Amino acid sequence: MIVYLFILLAVLAIGSALAMVINKNVVNSALFLVINMVSLAGIYLLLNAQFLAVIQILVYAGAIMVLFLFVIMLLNVEDEEKLFDKFRVKYFLAFILGAAVVGQIFYSIAGVTDMLPEISSNMAEIGTIEAAGDVLYTKYLLPFEMTAILLTAAVVGALMIAQYKIKKG
Amino acid sequence: MLEIDWFLGLSAIMFSIGIIGVLIRRNAVVIFMCVELMLNAVNLTLVSFSSFHGNIDGQIFVFFALAVAAAEAVVGLAIIIAIFRNNLTVDVTEINLLRW
Repeated sequence: MIVYLFILLAVLAIGSALAMVINKNVVNSALFLVINMVSLAGIYLLLNAQFLAVIQILVYAGAIMVLFLFVIMLLNVEDEEKLFDKFRVKYFLAFILGAAVVGQIFYSIAGVTDMLPEISSNMAEIGTIEAAGDVLYTKYLLPFEMTAILLTAAVVGALMIAQYKIKKG
Repeated sequence: MLEIDWFLGLSAIMFSIGIIGVLIRRNAVVIFMCVELMLNAVNLTLVSFSSFHGNIDGQIFVFFALAVAAAEAVVGLAIIIAIFRNNLTVDVTEINLLRW
């Protein structure tokens, strides 16, 4: 049962990622990326990482993708009509390079496949919000506070960059 | 029963799709979305190792990676808006101010 669920979610994730890359319309690409994020959240649930599954949907599929869609609508970017209408060496090289990267990673996974751990018995307990918060507010308190400073700096920096105007003279 | 290899394989495939997207697309916003896809693939690797080892530190690392990705998306999209204001395009083949 859980295996079929994994296969369904994995096919959904890979299919929506491919559709995002191939699609000519930018808005459709962004919506396919949302499908990819949601299916990835389902895979996190299969791994018993409930906290991260919720955070993935809230932060990625919610906040970040809304920001992307805002920028797409704001800039009124046109579709890439010329994508894939004729064969180019560039596309061929890109697919060769992608296949090379996936081959390399598969080779290194296959090399260590016996050393990888079996499913751990306490897997169900570690991914809960209680367990995550327990570690986050004790052991990782300083990085957590630094994250707040980082987000503030990012907001101020984004406002500065987006308002900056070059004087043409 | 699920093996960890499957999750690592899925992560590798998604990472490579992100690489192909960065290489073939010309719209800066779509390239940025492909980078987000690659970040997500690496997050999946970290979460699966964390779950299979029974150690939560990997998931906390993914949490911080998510926060940094949010900050990076904000600043990157602001840069794209600034480029669009000056060039009236987000096509990376036509933005050649710093190109040699």
